[in-house]
Amino acid sequence: MTIDTINSQIRSVTGLELCNISCEKAYRRLFSGLSVSLSAGQCLRILGSNGSGKTSLLKIIAGLSRDFEGVIHWQVDERSQAFINKSELLYLGHLTGVKASLTPVENLSWWVSLCLPTYHLQHKDICNALSQLGLGCELNTPCHLLSAGQQRRVALARLILSQQKVWILDEPFTAIDPLGISQVEHYIKQHQSDGGMAIITSHQIIHHVELLHLDLADYQQGAK
Amino acid sequence: MSGTEREHASSFGVFAAVFFRDLTIYFRYRGSWINPLFFILMAITLFALGIGADSKAVLAYSPSIIWVIALLAVLLSLDSLFKSDFDDGSLEQLLLSSQSLYLAVLAKTLAHWFVTGLPIVIATPLLSLMLGISVDIAPQMGLGLLLGTGILSFIGAIGASLTVSLGSGGLLLSLLSMPLYVPAIIFGSQYIQDAINGWPLMPSLSMLIGLFLAAMVLSPLAIIGGLRLSVEA
Repeated sequence: MTIDTINSQIRSVTGLELCNISCEKAYRRLFSGLSVSLSAGQCLRILGSNGSGKTSLLKIIAGLSRDFEGVIHWQVDERSQAFINKSELLYLGHLTGVKASLTPVENLSWWVSLCLPTYHLQHKDICNALSQLGLGCELNTPCHLLSAGQQRRVALARLILSQQKVWILDEPFTAIDPLGISQVEHYIKQHQSDGGMAIITSHQIIHHVELLHLDLADYQQGAK
Repeated sequence: MSGTEREHASSFGVFAAVFFRDLTIYFRYRGSWINPLFFILMAITLFALGIGADSKAVLAYSPSIIWVIALLAVLLSLDSLFKSDFDDGSLEQLLLSSQSLYLAVLAKTLAHWFVTGLPIVIATPLLSLMLGISVDIAPQMGLGLLLGTGILSFIGAIGASLTVSLGSGGLLLSLLSMPLYVPAIIFGSQYIQDAINGWPLMPSLSMLIGLFLAAMVLSPLAIIGGLRLSVEA
C-alpha cells in the first residue's frame, strides 16, 4: 500500500469516537467507562431502562451537557476535534422545540435559518417536507391546535430537510402512529445510505435499519 | 459572494429570524405586551391616589416612582423571556445552532424590550399627566424611559437566563437583578428630575446612553453563559 492510498483512507474516515465516558447525576453514577465509535453510514441504538441515562448520554454527545468525564472525538477528513461541529449535528430531544403559538411552517423556517442557513431552502421545500409527513392541510394552523403526534411530526420534518451528518434522536417515535414510524425508519435508512450517522434511543423495535446496539446496563456500576 | 460576505448575510439572517419570530409570538399572546403597560398605569394610579392632592409632593417623588414601577413591570415580564423556549426545547435548538449565539440572544432581548419597553415609552404623556408633570417634557421623559427600559431588559435578562430552569425563579430573578439596576435607577431618576426642573440634560443623558450601550453589548455574553448552565441542568 502506498502512502497516498493510506492517506486517502485516513481522509475518508469520518466518525465519532467516545472514549471512557462517565456521568454522574445527583450523586448517582449513571454509567462509567463507556467507549464506542461510530463511522459514516452507521446507526447506533442506545438501550437502557428508564432512568439509566440515555438522554444524559445524548446530551453529552450533542455538547449540551459538559457534566461528564471522558473524551469525545469528532473526526472529519484529517482533522480531529472535541465535539461534533454544530453545523453537522441535528439534535431532536425529548422536547421537540416546536413552539405552540407558531404554525408548522413558521416553526420550521425558524429552525432552518438557525441550523441550515447556508443551504437556501425555500418556503416550498419546507411545505414539501411537512406534506410528506401528512401535514399538508395543517401548514398554517397554530401548533397548539395540532395533536401530540402531529406536533412530533412537525419536529420530524427536520429529518427531511436535514443536511447534517449526525442525527441524535431521543425517542423519535413518541406519539407517532405505525405508518409514521415506518416513514421515519425509511428516512433514517436513507440518511445511513447517504453516509450519515444516527444515534437513537427508543423503546420501540426498529425494523428495516441496520443498527449497532449499546446497552447502558453494561456500563452501570457493578456490571461486568 | 465571498465567504465572509455570506457569513455576514447569514448572521443577519439569524438575528432577523429570532427577532421576528419572537415578535410574532408576543403579538399572538397579547397579554405579554398589554399586561406590563396596564401594570404600570395602575401602579401609578395607586401612587397618585396614595400621595393625595399635594401636587408638590407628587412632583418631587415622580421620577423615582416612574423608575421603580417601570423596573417592576420589566422584571415581572422578564420571567417569561426564556421560559417557554426552555419548556418546549427551542432553547436547546438555539444553543445547538451553528450561527452566532450572541446575535440570537441579542435579538431575543431586543424583541422583549420592544414589547415591554416601547408601550411604556409611548404611554409617557399619559404617565406624566397622571403624576402632574408638564406634558411639554414628555419627549425627554420618553427618551429617558426608552434607554432605561432597555438597560433594565438587558441586565434583567442575565437573571432570567440563570433562573429559567428553576420552577419558580420569579423572586430570585428580582433578587439577582435589583443590585445591578442601581446605576440605572440613580442616573435615570436624576435625568427625569433634571428634565422637570429644566436643568441641562446632557450629563445624566450621556450616562444613560453609556449604560445602555454597555448593557446591550456585554449582557449577551453573560446571558449565553447562563443559558448554557440552565440547559445542562
